[in-house]
Amino acid sequence: MVQQRVERRARVVIRFAGDSGDGMQLTGDRFTAEAAAFGNDLATFPSFPAEIRAPAGTLAGVSSFQLHFADYDILTPGDRPDVLVVMNPAALKANLGDLPRGAVLIVNVDEFTPRNLAKAGYAGNPLEDSSLEPYTVHQVPMAALTAGALEPLGVGRKDADRSKNMFALGLLSWMYSRPTEETERWLRSKFARRPEVAEANVVAFRTGHAYGETTEAFAVTYEVAPAVLPDGTYRQITGNTALAYGIVAAGRRSGLPVFLGSYPITPASDILHELAGLKRFGVTTFQAEDEIAGVGAAIGASYGGALGVTTTSGPGISLKSEAIGLAVMTELPLLVVDVQRGGPSTGLPTKTEQADLLQALFGRNGEAPLPVVAPRSPSDAFDVAVEAARLALTYRTPVLLLSDGAIANGSEPWRLPEEDALPDLTVTFATAPNGSEADGTDGRFLPYLRDPETLARPWAVPGTPGLAHRIGGLEKADKTGDISYDPANHEFMVRVRQAKIDGIPVPDLEVQDPDADVLVLGWGSTYGPIGAAVRRLRAAGHLIAQAHLRHLNPFPANTEAVLRSYRRVVVPEMNLGQLAFLLQGRFCVPVDSITKVSGMPFGAAELAELLGPYVTKEEVPA
Amino acid sequence: MSAIDLGLPTIGGLDLIPAADGPQKAKDFTSDQEVRWCPGCGDYAVLAAVRSFLPTLALRRENTVFVSGIGCSSRFPYYLDTYGFHSIHGRAPAIATGLAVSRPDLSVFVVTGDGDALSIGGNHLIHALRRNVNLTILLFNNRIYGLTKGQYSPTSEVGKVTKSTPKGSVDAPFNPVSLALGADATFVGRAMDSDRKGLTTVLEAAARHRGASLVEIYQDCPIFNDGSFDVLRKPDKSESRVITVRHGEPITFGTEGRWAVVRRGFGLGVAPTAEVAPADVVVHDATDHELAFALSRLSDQGLDHAVFGVLRQVSRPTYDDLAREQVRTAVDAGGADLRALVHGTDTWTVHDGTVTAAVR
Repeated sequence: MVQQRVERRARVVIRFAGDSGDGMQLTGDRFTAEAAAFGNDLATFPSFPAEIRAPAGTLAGVSSFQLHFADYDILTPGDRPDVLVVMNPAALKANLGDLPRGAVLIVNVDEFTPRNLAKAGYAGNPLEDSSLEPYTVHQVPMAALTAGALEPLGVGRKDADRSKNMFALGLLSWMYSRPTEETERWLRSKFARRPEVAEANVVAFRTGHAYGETTEAFAVTYEVAPAVLPDGTYRQITGNTALAYGIVAAGRRSGLPVFLGSYPITPASDILHELAGLKRFGVTTFQAEDEIAGVGAAIGASYGGALGVTTTSGPGISLKSEAIGLAVMTELPLLVVDVQRGGPSTGLPTKTEQADLLQALFGRNGEAPLPVVAPRSPSDAFDVAVEAARLALTYRTPVLLLSDGAIANGSEPWRLPEEDALPDLTVTFATAPNGSEADGTDGRFLPYLRDPETLARPWAVPGTPGLAHRIGGLEKADKTGDISYDPANHEFMVRVRQAKIDGIPVPDLEVQDPDADVLVLGWGSTYGPIGAAVRRLRAAGHLIAQAHLRHLNPFPANTEAVLRSYRRVVVPEMNLGQLAFLLQGRFCVPVDSITKVSGMPFGAAELAELLGPYVTKEEVPA
Repeated sequence: MSAIDLGLPTIGGLDLIPAADGPQKAKDFTSDQEVRWCPGCGDYAVLAAVRSFLPTLALRRENTVFVSGIGCSSRFPYYLDTYGFHSIHGRAPAIATGLAVSRPDLSVFVVTGDGDALSIGGNHLIHALRRNVNLTILLFNNRIYGLTKGQYSPTSEVGKVTKSTPKGSVDAPFNPVSLALGADATFVGRAMDSDRKGLTTVLEAAARHRGASLVEIYQDCPIFNDGSFDVLRKPDKSESRVITVRHGEPITFGTEGRWAVVRRGFGLGVAPTAEVAPADVVVHDATDHELAFALSRLSDQGLDHAVFGVLRQVSRPTYDDLAREQVRTAVDAGGADLRALVHGTDTWTVHDGTVTAAVR
């Protein structure tokens, strides 16, 4: 056995890339689990095509999974990989542009056949010319080595080929000194019903590990020590799962049954899948005939006294607009989750964007205000889901929660909350008439008589004696809720619905490093890249303040004061400047916009460079 | 995918709904709102029939809910002193589905029209019927758009001249009963607005049916489509046209049963009873899907024949019963531990900078 050198690294970015059928997401997920169990901080970024199985070997079919893990708290999945594993020529071609000089490139050479090279659009074999000279290239016959190891088990070449991703995982696990027992246990449990498949995968994994250990090519292994995170119990979680758990927690804390009406759509479907498996918490999931029926059924359930929830992405939120307006008019609690993706129309189903903000605020006919909240990271989606449900139940209003593709599929460690620490969402239904003698309606039920503090109307569910009443989408008369076409009443009701939302108390915007004269302000999933970029700038000696909005409507009360206390305010967004537009319109303060709409999140280095001119007080080119 | 037989007992449509404490009257179901349909509108007759038949169900009034969409008929809930939800165009079946799934203790009615149910809301209607959600759907068919002032509807006859079809409609109409049967509705009936007795009989059977019931109600719009169903109302014309079916009875109609329904190829036809052997007169069987469909095909846009009564009534598990059963089974099995859920199977603990992986 060769004696290896062990080097310590603070942080490493690994990207697994291969064909859609190569199991790259599974491989990445498993390496992530190893890193999480080891105690590293981490962030992940899966990237896959919208096609389920694009033609094998083509650029269109390349799927990748990037993982950033470190011995300190990190904020993003990393900009450029230190190690790129490619399973075929298309994966090389699609990902090489992101690879910095000196990085490690591990290539499954078995797939570099003339036919596959041609499919990827290579005229020659890049392994045989000088194009890969800037990198440390390891050519590994993964398929052949896996097949050879599995032959004694009687596994055919085709089945063996399906296990080569576990070879890659084994090799990387060795390179980064990861414990292996847990992965073997996981494989055996994942394939418990097919022991021969489990065995093949375990052998492939071990073969990859042994290959690293015994091949002189890999002279160095690396260690990334556990991160020192705040005390607590942690797990790794994706945004969609955290959001689903948040909905369950909201049901638990409110004492209401949860009803999800949803129609399958990428990338929101995993929330439906997750909740469909959680019936034991009193969760009902309804896979509707379309997006409109999804939200309609949720409204019907809310009307009946459940916590009605609907989840969607992309064009789905457009289809739900009218029904959300109905929930505004009928003032029923409703949680609407929009996992934003690239648009317009079908757009980029598997890519991320933040371009639904203005639609969330204004995308309904008439004046139809509602609260809008956005999580900033995968684990934050749990807390924001609970907060959104709190707002919906307290103020009897639809609430829009804006997640996005990067949060939905990305993962990070989550410091687990205790149930007792979650807010109490207990709801009181109306049980008795509320008409008072003062207005001459003693003993009557007034479905639109508002709570003086919250301006919320009573929630009287069918089945309650004495409170039978009618609601609907026509304008309501104040207090009685009868149909009213009276001009003064409409004027009043439009303003009171607005006042109800505007008056929701929202925690103040907190600013990190308030002594700077430049503020970078974000919302949603740009939190990680902004934080990482700000660290880079501060490390280079610049002063820059950072703040992040969770509540997009209403804004925190101190927002304007914060904006006015900086010489410049810079707002990076994955759209063409929607928050910047909103801030300027609301507060008449100049805001500089940094925008990106490539379907990919900002990179930390990229954003630091874009922010650089503001903090160094250089002139920004017009 | 495997099918799971939950072995549910067969229960009636109203069995889970609390009974009224005492006798009720039509007046009890009348709200304080002024009825605002046009004079002569067929909706008045339906409203009166509904107000008088609801007390016969003997349910607690607060456990009855009317959900409607948009259109003249969809104002219906305002005029009943029950819970009511006047929603948005075409979506009432979706909203009612969410309500019915969440609340087995409610009797949920949907009131809709030919435009609301068959045009903008066609998708929700067929899926509510297919799922067999425990709803009673009253489809008011006046073969015109009334509230938007007189455009042709998805049940208007070909050639109909309206504001939006000055040269006559070239749009083939739906037959709502055929459509509902095609969606595998477990209860399909038809009645005439002015026939209080027939309407009440069908409505009551529909309300008591467990599952989705669709009742098509022929109804006149005196403003934009006056006399649309006159051939079925005037005795001299209706005699050879109106066919009322009763489960288990031979289908004859007209004065002294002078006409009979007989088999013709794969479908049905009409013949003078005197010329038909008694054994060849079709006996109505509401459990026979093909017979119901063939009966529905006797009605076409010309209304040469129109079948009334309960065309189909069969028992099939309802979506809402099955969905609730799955949730109840899961809840009863326990294990709803939020802490265990959020912790999952892979956790690690950080204490004073030391990382410990959890032992499973």
